[in-house]
Amino acid sequence: MPASYDAIVIGGGHNGLVAAAYLARAGKRVVVLERRERVGGAAFSEQVFPGFTFSVFSYVVSLLRPEIIRDLDLPRHGLHVLPLESTLTPLPNGDYLAQWNDHDQNRRELARHSLRDAEAYDEFGRLMHQMSRAVKPFLGMAPPDPGSFAPRELAALGRLGRQLRGLGRDQFHALHKLLTMSAADYLDEWFETEALKATKSASGIIGTLQGPRSPGTAYVLLHHYMGELDGVFRAWGFAKGGNGSVSAAIAGAARALGAEIRTEAPVTNVLVENGRATGVALASGEEIRAQRVLSNADPRRTFFDLVGEKHLPAEFTDAIRKFRFRGASAKVNLALDALPNFTCLPGPGAHLRGAISIGPSVDYLERAYDEAKYGEFSRRPYMDIVIPSMIDPGMAPPGKHVMSIFAQYAPYHLNGGWTDARREAFGDAVIDTLAEYAPNLKSAILHRQVVVPPDIERTLGITEGSIFHGELSLQQMFFLRPVPEWAKYRTPIHGLWQCGAGTHPGGGVMGAAGRLAALELLKAGGA
Amino acid sequence: MLKQTPFHPRTAALCQSHAWRRWAGFVVASSYALSHEREYHAIRGAAALFDVSPLHKYLVRGRDAARLLDQVATHDVSRAQIGQALYSPWCDVRGKVLDDGTIARLDETTFRLTSAEPNLRWLQDNAHGFEARIEDVSAATTALALQGPNARAILQQLSDRDLGGLKYFRVTEARLRGIPVTISRTGYTGDLGYEIWLDAADALAVWDALIEAGTPYGITPAGILALDVARIEAGLMLLDVDYVPANRTLVDSQTSSPFELDLGWAVKLDKAHFIGKQALAAEARSGPAWRFVGIQVEWNSFERLFAGVGLAPRVPTAAWRTSVPLYAGGEQVGYATSGVWSPLLKQYIALAHVPSRWSAPGTALEMEVTVEHRRQRTAARVVKKPFFDPERKRA
Repeated sequence: MPASYDAIVIGGGHNGLVAAAYLARAGKRVVVLERRERVGGAAFSEQVFPGFTFSVFSYVVSLLRPEIIRDLDLPRHGLHVLPLESTLTPLPNGDYLAQWNDHDQNRRELARHSLRDAEAYDEFGRLMHQMSRAVKPFLGMAPPDPGSFAPRELAALGRLGRQLRGLGRDQFHALHKLLTMSAADYLDEWFETEALKATKSASGIIGTLQGPRSPGTAYVLLHHYMGELDGVFRAWGFAKGGNGSVSAAIAGAARALGAEIRTEAPVTNVLVENGRATGVALASGEEIRAQRVLSNADPRRTFFDLVGEKHLPAEFTDAIRKFRFRGASAKVNLALDALPNFTCLPGPGAHLRGAISIGPSVDYLERAYDEAKYGEFSRRPYMDIVIPSMIDPGMAPPGKHVMSIFAQYAPYHLNGGWTDARREAFGDAVIDTLAEYAPNLKSAILHRQVVVPPDIERTLGITEGSIFHGELSLQQMFFLRPVPEWAKYRTPIHGLWQCGAGTHPGGGVMGAAGRLAALELLKAGGA
Repeated sequence: MLKQTPFHPRTAALCQSHAWRRWAGFVVASSYALSHEREYHAIRGAAALFDVSPLHKYLVRGRDAARLLDQVATHDVSRAQIGQALYSPWCDVRGKVLDDGTIARLDETTFRLTSAEPNLRWLQDNAHGFEARIEDVSAATTALALQGPNARAILQQLSDRDLGGLKYFRVTEARLRGIPVTISRTGYTGDLGYEIWLDAADALAVWDALIEAGTPYGITPAGILALDVARIEAGLMLLDVDYVPANRTLVDSQTSSPFELDLGWAVKLDKAHFIGKQALAAEARSGPAWRFVGIQVEWNSFERLFAGVGLAPRVPTAAWRTSVPLYAGGEQVGYATSGVWSPLLKQYIALAHVPSRWSAPGTALEMEVTVEHRRQRTAARVVKKPFFDPERKRA
C-alpha cells in the first residue's frame, strides 16, 4: 500500500464526510472508507422505481449547520435548499389545521381555531427563538466535562454559565421547563387547540421511543426548532435532488479539498496495538495505516464490532451497552400516478408543497406510542409527509409524484420479531390510515417501499435502526453523549476518535458532530 | 390569502395605482391615485375618507369592565364619562408598552377598545376575578375615518345628531341616513375628524352615503401613504415602526416605557393599581432614560450637502419607516424611526428616540442623510411635537 494517511474515516455518512472535509481543509491526508457502493449513509437518494427518486431514509434539511455550509462552500458543490412552505394537519372531522410561513396567513388560520392561540403563537415563537439562541452555542462546541477540574473544562463551563446567566430570569425558567417537561405538557401551557398542540408536540417524539407525554420530549421539540437556514430559525427545507444531494455536495467539497473517498471498502476492524489505534483492516484483507482513525459508525458498532471489547475497559463497554438506541421510525416511500386528494382541502394547492402531519391530537400520538411501548407497531401511526416532486419536479416524471412518509412507531424490538409480512403489514397500516384523509391514495400508488428499523440497521449498519445513532433523550445528550467522560469525540483507544451522530450534538442531517470531531482532533495536535 | 375589508368592492374600484399594502392581514390601498399627494392635501384642506377596518376592536362589558380596563391600561378609565374616549398605552409588569389604542365608554358598563394588534388573550388573562366579558368584534364591526376641515360638514348632513356639540375625544350614537353607527371625534391625522364605527353589513351603504354627501365638499378616499404623512405631522407614533411591543422584543433594549414614548401624560400613577405601576412609579421618580421627540432638519445644512455634489435638495415626499442615526458631538446618540417632508409646513420632519439629555426642544443634533450614495450628516434640532396642531382639531 503506497499511500499513507494522516487519518482514516470509517464510514461515509454525512458526518464522516464533513470530518474528512475539515481535516483535508487543514492539510491532512484523509481517506474515507465506505462499506456501501455510495456515500451518504442515511442521506442518500435513489431511483428505487424507474424515473422516481426517493430520499430513501432522511428526507428534509434544517439542522445542517450554517457554518458547515459556509466553510465547505456547499452551494458551489451542488447544495440547493428549497423552502417547505407549510404544515398541514388533516383532522378526522374533515377540517384541518394549517401552519403557514406567512405571518398574516398563519394568524388567520390559527384564529379560525382559536383567537387566543393565534395571539399566543407569536409569543411562543419569540420564546423558542430565544431558547434556540440560548442553546445554539452548545451545538457549536465540544461539550465540557462538568466532573473535571481541568482549566480548559472549567473555562468552557464558565462560558456556558455566563451564557445561561445572561438569559435573564424568565428565559432561564423557560429553558429549565424545556429541559424537564414533556412536549405535551409544555405546549399545554401555551395553547388550547388540540391539533396545534399535537402537531407541535410531534417534533418532540421524532426518532425516539417516547410519547409526547414522556418527560424530556420538550427538549427534542426545541432541537427541531433550532433548524436554521440563512440565519432564520425554524426554517425547514428540502434539498433539491433529495437528501442524497446533501451528501454529494459534502463529498464534492471533501474531494476538492483533497480527501480520498473509497466506496465498497468495508472495514472489518480497527487495528489496535498496545492500546493505540494504528489503522484499519478491510474485508478484502487490505490494511491501511494512519495516525488517527475516526469512526462515523454509531458507538455500539464502533466499540463492539470494529474495536472489540477486549481492547476496552469494562466500565466503558458497560456504559456503551446501556446507551439506548431503540429505533422506532420507519419510512414509506411511494411513487404516485397522481397527487393525493385530501378531503379536508381538495385538489392541488400550496398545502401539498409543505409538510403534512398525520397526528390530529396528542392522544392519537400517545396511543401510537402506547402500542410501541408494549412491543407492537402503531396501527394508526404518526406520519410526517412531504411530496418532494411538488417542491422539486425533477424527483418524478412529469405529472407523476413521489411521496415520502416518515412514520412512527415501528419499534425495533417488535414482539415476535420483524418479518417481511410484518413490514408490509406496517406499510398497510400507514397507507390505510393516510387513505382515510386522502381516499384516492391507494389507487394512485405505482410503487411502494417500506423501510423499518431492521432495514435501516441492515442497510446502513446503524444499531437498532436508530435514526439519531442513539436516542436524543437528555440522559444521552451533551457531556453524556455517548457516555460520560468520553463526550469529546475521543475514546479509550488512543488515536481512535468518534465523529458520528452518537456523539454531541446528536442526529439529524446536521454535520455538527463530524465538524466538531475534526476540529477537536486538530486542536489536540492530531495527525 | 389576505383578507379584504367590507369596503373592498368600493376601494378596489377606485384604486388606480394598484398599490396595495398589508395591514393586520388585510389588503388596503397605499394610495388610490398614482400619487398620494392629493389624498394628503384632502386631509388638511377638505376631507379624506380612510378605510380603517383592520383595527382590532373589542367590547368589554360587565359590572367590572371599568375596573378591568383600569387594571390593564395606564390611563384612568374609571373616570371616563359615558361618551368619552381615552387614548392609552398598556404595559407589561415591567412597565414596557405592549400596545396603545383608544378606549371609549359607550355606557356605564360597556367599553370599546381599539388597537393595532390583537389583545384578546391579554385582556382575558387579566380578567380573572372580574365580572367582565371580552368580545372580539373586529370582524362584525368595521370602521371609517373621515378626517379634515370639512369632515363635520359632510357628516352632519347625514347624521341625526348635532355634531357641533361633539367635543374632541367624545363619542355618540347616531344614525347616518337611518343606519345606526357610533361616531367618535378621534383620528390619526391630528386634524378635525371623526371615526365612524358600524356593522360590517352596512359598510357599503355608509361609504356610498359619505361619498355622495361629501363630494361637494371635496371628500377624497385616501390611502395609507397620505395617512402616514399626516400622522407624523401630528406626532403620532406607529406600533412596529416607532416602537416594538414588549411581547415581541427579542432583547430588553428594544422595549419602551410610556415615558420613553412621551406618553407620561397618559400614565395615572394615582390609580390604585394597574399592570406595570410599580416599575413606572420608579421610572417617574428617576426620570426616563429615553425620550420620543420631534426632529426638524435645518434646511440650509441639508441644502448644502446636496449643493456640494451639484444637486438640488431632494426631500422624502413619502414617509420613510427605517431607523436613521442621530448624532451629537460626532457620536451616535439616538435614532429617528419615521420621517417625511411635510408638504404643508415645508419642513423635513422626523420622530426620534434620543436619550433624555438630548431631548430638550432646541437641542442641536445631526441626522444621517444619504446624498448621492454617500452617508452625510445634516444639522437638525429637537422641536416640540406635534409639528402641526390646528385649532380646529379641538374646536
